[in-house]
Amino acid sequence: MEKQYKKCFVTVGTTRFDLLVNTIFKPSTLEALKRIGCKDIILQIGNSDFEIGKYERNGVVIDVYRLKDSIQEDIHKADLIISHAGAGSCLEALEAKKPLLVVINEDLMDNHQLELAEQLQIDGHLYYCTCDTLESTLEMVDFTLLSPFPEPDTSLFMKYLDDAFRVKQNVD
Amino acid sequence: MEALNILFFLILLPPTIFLFRALYLIFQICTSDCKLVSQETTLKTIFCIGSGGHTTELLRLVKKLSTQKYQPRLYIIADNDVSSEVKILNSESTKFSISRIPRSRNVKQSYLSSVISTLYAILRTIPVVYRFKPNVIFCNGPGSCVPICIVAFLLRCILILDCRIVFVESICRVRTLSLTGKILQYIADIVIVQWPQLRDVCFRAKYFGRLT
Repeated sequence: MEKQYKKCFVTVGTTRFDLLVNTIFKPSTLEALKRIGCKDIILQIGNSDFEIGKYERNGVVIDVYRLKDSIQEDIHKADLIISHAGAGSCLEALEAKKPLLVVINEDLMDNHQLELAEQLQIDGHLYYCTCDTLESTLEMVDFTLLSPFPEPDTSLFMKYLDDAFRVKQNVD
Repeated sequence: MEALNILFFLILLPPTIFLFRALYLIFQICTSDCKLVSQETTLKTIFCIGSGGHTTELLRLVKKLSTQKYQPRLYIIADNDVSSEVKILNSESTKFSISRIPRSRNVKQSYLSSVISTLYAILRTIPVVYRFKPNVIFCNGPGSCVPICIVAFLLRCILILDCRIVFVESICRVRTLSLTGKILQYIADIVIVQWPQLRDVCFRAKYFGRLT
């Protein structure tokens, strides 16, 4: 049986991403989300041009808000995360070991954050798409094939620093 | 005529010496391992805090550093940055101080005006760095760390300061260095990247796995 992604969290970051917000509200996108089990969506819209509030569309409850101090709680409650390509949001979702779909904002083509999403897809930690391909990507990809993101390891770096910078040891 | 020659010589001598000293220092930074053996029991440390993601990334790294060895600590942040101060307060467990300097480059600023505002930021940074006399400077990529590192480098050229700069490139940079990275790869003693393929772009970069 296919895994059910009942709760979905969509985040656009602190700026705006009108196209993604509108794409989420498209009936065809909602149908695609419903097919993988989605019933609730929490949608963080930042400064996007949209009214906040609670909506019900195509049998999906969509809770829209602008910003919170921390999106950690929403990430932990969600079964699937759809995020903009910002490194902060992506890494937070990966650290919580949640299935992640990154939507690239094509209006920011020179944005180097695409580099990170690309590499993380190559390494099998997430999938990425654009607003145009969001619907077809949701139908195609299997989030259970993603591999968990390894924990960062600073021990080698710290050892190198300890070796490079030496201080006089307190004898007493 | 003779007197004029001597005058020219005297005027040109200091800049020439300075230039050779700067070139020698860059050569030294790029070729040796830049070890630091301090006669003190602690290292005076500056952390250059940027904004948003950069702040979070650097603070995570700071948490792993020994609180006894890297003391006292000075955080330098941009003067219009409010959120970073809260983040530092939340993450720092030992004594520290905070200094504010003007931003050298705002997002979307043109190249010419960023040169001017960087020069202004450098002037304002000199007293901060001179008074603190750091042994180690940690930075990870926001534009605001460039003036701090340039000031530290210049003070090192004129032998007022002996410090080491550690530059950690942000995890976001997978295949290309950031503008800050492109500048600092010549004056930072230790350049760390978080993706192995970046070592092909920067000859001095060291890779120890993902750090944040």
